Amino acid sequence: MFESLSVPGLGSVVAGTALLGFLCGTLGTFAVLRKQSLMGDAISHACLPGLILAFLLFNSKESWALMLGAAISGTIAAMAILGISRFSRVKEDSALAITLSVFFGFGLMLLTWVQRRPDAAQAGLARFLFGQAATLLDRDVWLLAAIAIPCLITVFIFWKHFQLVCFDRSFAQSLGFPVFFIDVLLSLLLVMVIVAGLETVGVVLMSALLVAPAVAARQWTNKLEIMAILAGIFGAFSGIAGAVLSNIGKTSIPTGPVIVLFITLIVFLSILFAPARGIVWLQFKHWRDSKVLQLDSVLSNLLNLAREHSGKQNGHSMAMLKGISSNPSGVPRSVHKLLEMGLVSEVDKGLYIPTSKGAEYLNEKTSHMGAPLK
Amino acid sequence: MTQAQLEIQLLAMATAVACSLCGVFLVLRRMSLLSDAISHTVLIGIVIAFFLTGDMTSPWLLVGATTAGVFTVLLVEGLQKTGVVREDAAIGLVFPALFSIAVLLISIYSKNVHLDMDAVLVGKIALTPLPSRRLEFGGYDFGPKSLALMIAIIIVNIGFIILFFKELKVSTFDPAFSKAIGFNPYWIHLGLVLSVSTTAVASFDAVGSILVVALMAAPAATAYLFTDKLSIMLVWSCIIGMLCAVLGYWLAHFLDASIAGSMATVAGILFGLTFFFAPERGLFSVWQRAKIRDRKFKLALLLVHLTHHEGTIRELEECNIESLHLHLRWDEYETRSVAFEAVESFCASQENKVLKLTPKGRIIALESLQIGTNLS
Repeated sequence: MFESLSVPGLGSVVAGTALLGFLCGTLGTFAVLRKQSLMGDAISHACLPGLILAFLLFNSKESWALMLGAAISGTIAAMAILGISRFSRVKEDSALAITLSVFFGFGLMLLTWVQRRPDAAQAGLARFLFGQAATLLDRDVWLLAAIAIPCLITVFIFWKHFQLVCFDRSFAQSLGFPVFFIDVLLSLLLVMVIVAGLETVGVVLMSALLVAPAVAARQWTNKLEIMAILAGIFGAFSGIAGAVLSNIGKTSIPTGPVIVLFITLIVFLSILFAPARGIVWLQFKHWRDSKVLQLDSVLSNLLNLAREHSGKQNGHSMAMLKGISSNPSGVPRSVHKLLEMGLVSEVDKGLYIPTSKGAEYLNEKTSHMGAPLK
Repeated sequence: MTQAQLEIQLLAMATAVACSLCGVFLVLRRMSLLSDAISHTVLIGIVIAFFLTGDMTSPWLLVGATTAGVFTVLLVEGLQKTGVVREDAAIGLVFPALFSIAVLLISIYSKNVHLDMDAVLVGKIALTPLPSRRLEFGGYDFGPKSLALMIAIIIVNIGFIILFFKELKVSTFDPAFSKAIGFNPYWIHLGLVLSVSTTAVASFDAVGSILVVALMAAPAATAYLFTDKLSIMLVWSCIIGMLCAVLGYWLAHFLDASIAGSMATVAGILFGLTFFFAPERGLFSVWQRAKIRDRKFKLALLLVHLTHHEGTIRELEECNIESLHLHLRWDEYETRSVAFEAVESFCASQENKVLKLTPKGRIIALESLQIGTNLS
């Protein structure tokens, strides 16, 4: 199913997938931020009927003809999705699902109809689904570049508009920006990118390449420009890695799925280990905060006890502190830490009182919360 | 119509009904895209079950596929719960990854096994009447196996809906309230996911993965444009699903094309027609209502304008038909037509090109003003 028809140099394959990865990553950033991750999935499925109609109309398998057809049906699908969710009570998710499946089903119907005609060469469905990165020629790379560069320039020109619409739609509207036009423009760019990549990487990979790099990049930064570039780099990198990995062995492993798995691995690592937003990092922060909180609460308990029993310089025992703590098992460790920091001193064996430094420390901590400790 | 054709149509209708029933809740709970994810990832369940059993017809394949479907949903929800990925992105991450693993497994390990990708996408509904696919018991022929399976799924789905109708309703329309009255909507959610997975897997065998999505989303969304009542929506959804099945079959028959594709196409056409022409929520009737409202408002405004200037010195100027549009700041043509309507409906009369209120018009104008003051 995936055998390549010819074996071109790896160079053009790598260049092509890298270029496509970069383009998808950058534009996917906007799709993900606008909660339209699955728009790409729907549009790429919806290109099928256009491809087949173009094939019927021009009677050729030339890339440009197929791309034109795909672009037209992709655009119609994108407009249908925007229109259905805007003008009826049907929500966006259903609009996406309906458009995706109906366009694809229609394409399927056309495809089977075409295939029954004796003169038609079979346009492979498997190819549409998984693409044929392995057959990328220099010509295809140039065609890809011819689409990629205008797209990236458009993104650069409308950067501010896209940013505004991504993060604060109503503000953009109140400033008088043509929000609907920007929506349409972004969807058109998405269609362009999908059409450019469809022949190479296929439908399923297309949806992954639009979502995954952006999600991974989101983990590492809070800045849109860095996110877009980083997503592009992740996309390009997994494109290269996928192309190289799938061509290492003698057996022909399909390039598309390898790229998807590689980018998924990047996402997985980013979600786990990215600083500030990674799950491991968040857990560590939670653990550290809870320890500091415990320390403060033990000190505050000691201070309150000492105040209530004032006059006498009597300390309080560990058992007492445990009794009033919400996390008794952590008390001894906190007390030792407090002793080390010099915030608490041991007056008698096993009896502790806060030092003046301890009282100061706590006052300072609570003063900026607006409720100083009495 | 031969018996084979009848059986194919029956299977198509049964599949449509099973899918439409689940679809209603998917559409209402904004989970439609989970059906897309599930229909992709059942492949990995089938592949793994196939590697374990080595048999393409084993019932374990169905079990594997259903498990994969539920696993997909749990994975999507797990990712969402971490708080770093939103739902749409979580779906977009999970299903391509699982699907890719499945495709890689197929291409690496089962070169000699024919796991036909086209059959996965398009389904094998046309093969339904074949002798090898019949359910025979004690020498009697009970029709195609997949039809029996589909009917069983319909019964389970209907049972689930009837048994938990109240729970489904409250957790769909007001999850917070259902939690407040001490009922955890998560169990219903899980039940629904299980039923969607089972239905998707069973239908997938007959009509292919894409049509599952079409049959779950399109009839339910179409029914959603017809009614506000859950029970009626369920019935409508099933009827529309069956209509898709029958019309789709005959379309495919005449074009000699894929049955699944034709059914999806018909589902899309039906949705499109409803979207534009539905009696109350269709785009055209919404526009028409807006137009009628606009016209009514303009008529009232004209009458109010006339009361305002009635008997004043400027009446000749302000209420003159020739210059009315300048004072109301409307389009000239439209002003004429509104004025004409006012005369036609005996709200005003025309004397020397000046509009005069009739008693009826005065009442309407005063009433409109009254409504205005009540509102403010």
